[in-house]
Amino acid sequence: MTTITAYTSHHSPEKGLMRWIKTTNHKDIGSLYLWFAFIMLLVGGAMAMVIRMELFQPGMQLINPQFFNQMTTMHGLIMVFGAIMPAFVGLGNWLIPMMIGAPDMALPRMNNWSFWILPFAGGILLSTFFMEGGAPAFGWTFYAPLSTTFAPDSTDFFIFAVHLLGFSSIMGAINIVATVVNMRALEMKLMDMPLFVWTWLITSFLLIGAMPVLAGAVTMMLTDRNFGTAFFDAAGGGDPVMFQHIFWFFGHPEVYIMILPAFGVISHVIPTFARKPLFGYSSMVYATASIAFLSYIVWAHHMFLTGMPVAGELYFMYATMLIAVPTGVKVFNWISTMWRGSMTFETPMLWAISFVFLFTIGGFSGVMVGIAPADIQYHDTYFVVAHFHYVLVTGALWSIIAATFYWLPKWTGKMYNETLAQVHFWWAVISVNVLFFPQHFLGLAGMPRRIPDYSLQFADFNMISSIGGFAFGTSFILFTYIVIDCIRNGKPADARPWEGAKGLEWTLEPKAQYHSFNKPPTRELIKQESQNS
Amino acid sequence: MNEQEYYVPSGTYWPIIGSIGIATLFVGFANQMHGASWGASIMLLGFSILVFMMFGWFGQVVNESTSGMYNSRVDRSFRWGMSWFIFSEVMFFAAFFGVLFYARQLSVPWLGGSGNNLFTPDLWNGFNSTWKQIAFSTPGLILQSGTAISVPRQLVDAWGLPALNTALLLLSGVTLTFAHHTLRNGDRNKVIGWLVATIVLGVLFLGFQITEYGHAYHDGLKLTSGIYGSTFYMLTGFHGFHVTVGVIMLTVILYRVQKGHFSADNHFGFEGVAWYWHFVDVVWLGLFIFVYWL
Repeated sequence: MTTITAYTSHHSPEKGLMRWIKTTNHKDIGSLYLWFAFIMLLVGGAMAMVIRMELFQPGMQLINPQFFNQMTTMHGLIMVFGAIMPAFVGLGNWLIPMMIGAPDMALPRMNNWSFWILPFAGGILLSTFFMEGGAPAFGWTFYAPLSTTFAPDSTDFFIFAVHLLGFSSIMGAINIVATVVNMRALEMKLMDMPLFVWTWLITSFLLIGAMPVLAGAVTMMLTDRNFGTAFFDAAGGGDPVMFQHIFWFFGHPEVYIMILPAFGVISHVIPTFARKPLFGYSSMVYATASIAFLSYIVWAHHMFLTGMPVAGELYFMYATMLIAVPTGVKVFNWISTMWRGSMTFETPMLWAISFVFLFTIGGFSGVMVGIAPADIQYHDTYFVVAHFHYVLVTGALWSIIAATFYWLPKWTGKMYNETLAQVHFWWAVISVNVLFFPQHFLGLAGMPRRIPDYSLQFADFNMISSIGGFAFGTSFILFTYIVIDCIRNGKPADARPWEGAKGLEWTLEPKAQYHSFNKPPTRELIKQESQNS
Repeated sequence: MNEQEYYVPSGTYWPIIGSIGIATLFVGFANQMHGASWGASIMLLGFSILVFMMFGWFGQVVNESTSGMYNSRVDRSFRWGMSWFIFSEVMFFAAFFGVLFYARQLSVPWLGGSGNNLFTPDLWNGFNSTWKQIAFSTPGLILQSGTAISVPRQLVDAWGLPALNTALLLLSGVTLTFAHHTLRNGDRNKVIGWLVATIVLGVLFLGFQITEYGHAYHDGLKLTSGIYGSTFYMLTGFHGFHVTVGVIMLTVILYRVQKGHFSADNHFGFEGVAWYWHFVDVVWLGLFIFVYWL
């Protein structure tokens, strides 16, 4: 009883479109997730371009305020629920079975359903643009009563889209827990698991705990809107602020859902190109678990201006400051991993190092907005916009791109064009800072978020930011070309294309076979490929 | 198949059919709420597609199970899956319990003038901030959604039907455990007896719950009765829905026991449903204490 192999009637994919609709294979489903996420990234990115065009100069230029609000709202929703989260589930699908020596995911049919709900949810969400009254325009946080009393009819479609996205995420998370716990090669102890697997396991618990609360919140919105309940209505004894409590009880774990797997990715890339074992493997695991735990008890730091009791403000402020400790542990571990390493700077490493720099900037501005008295000034300004774009774009998205370049050879069996990829990196990393860094200054000077027009003193920084935005947006054309060029014309890659790479996935064929491990890895191999050494 | 192998099913249409079904159901529902005459028909269509999907998908799983494709490792995946699914359900109910505690301890007393006195008792003339009786004495109050608040004349007595229902559900948990024990002893006729008893208790619970709803509604406690009516119907409504699903699942299990699908040591289908039933039971205890009693 020491081995597991796949018992299945099929060993190679079916042909045509039906392959993708019917598939139960973790690699097929991972690819579907990644492509879906990429398309959504472009859709949400197009909306960001509209926002930056309108903000290029003061005054109303291109679109009306109502449509501007629809753009900011849908940009946020699509990037969070359509791009970042599905991209990480896609990476998890592709990588986890390969990393733990399993043939596939534990519940393959449910895996298919987790993905195939997404296009329907995305379709319903995007269809709201074509409804009377337009798409939801109340911000991605959909605070009541903006989202209940004063929202367009299309909000009910938005609510059901969120329900569907929730089903998908919960099923995906349950599948990952079952896979990590039950499909792991039997000789692989918990503390042998690669960090990407660890971070995803912990993220799954955040998803299973937080997404149902979001489902509860939108369900109450639905009944408040249509059936006369008074959850968020003070006239009936409810409270609009209560909506914020429920939303952020989901929302704060949600931000760690989007960053913990990123930590996992970076913990793979940096040791590889530093050619050193990861510094402090077990402290990384414990730090991840601590962050996950803390993420459930800090939610009201998003609500310092709602009129909380001072004791509440203090508690949520100090609890928030605590998160900086395990996060700092991680950052110092990455730096210590590079210390005296024999470093080279291939594309994935460039993305990973810039992640450490830029995510840390976002982390520091997070500490700033977490300080209750200071947040009175920062709240709802562009400083907050700059903060969460530094953690989500140069954090989460950066790690996804790093992961793409790092594992692309394993997915395709081919090598991408290194020169073009580095051009793309510098293009993106410079433009993203031109885009988001001035927004710190705008926020400190008092420019509010979600406003289509602004006072003249904000004009220069907005124009700089918009120019950075257009440059950053166009960089994805090059990214698309590099990925497609790799798939079509890439030179054959080695099974282990990176000299310092460790991990079971590199012991597979150059293009990993359809079912990852039909013969499970041995104890010696697991020890040899372990990050914990 | 032996213990070294893990069954990976080949391609399947059921998930995409499920997605079409649930999306149709939701789109129909949203249009129904917006007054489209065809909304209900679309909802029904979506629901039918979902039922079709469940028969097909679960039927396939049952066939694979009875033909011996699942070993103990697949079984363990199902166990992990079901446990965390139930945990996600717990968190779903936790959201509504959180609302109940927040409203009761914070927002309703605040509206009555406690705390920092941001709200004075004169905010609404005669506003009653006593829990459960919230808005009793403020007829004519209009919610933001435009509906008038319904003022109940009488409270639901926890020690009437709700207490009886508590006893019924707790008893059903016991009978289900007896069914499980007899299943492990391989005595199929007794399993059927205990299962039937469990289903009857569940149906009785639902019957009394409907009667109770009738009384409450007749006395004026409605969804539109302010926050107490909202939490009351949201929590008991979702619970009642879960009991209904549980009864259907138990009925399927009864059918499968009769067909001889379960052996003394291999019956995860039964256990999964039993876990679910106990979960529904525990939620009810929370409801009884915090919604009806206190």
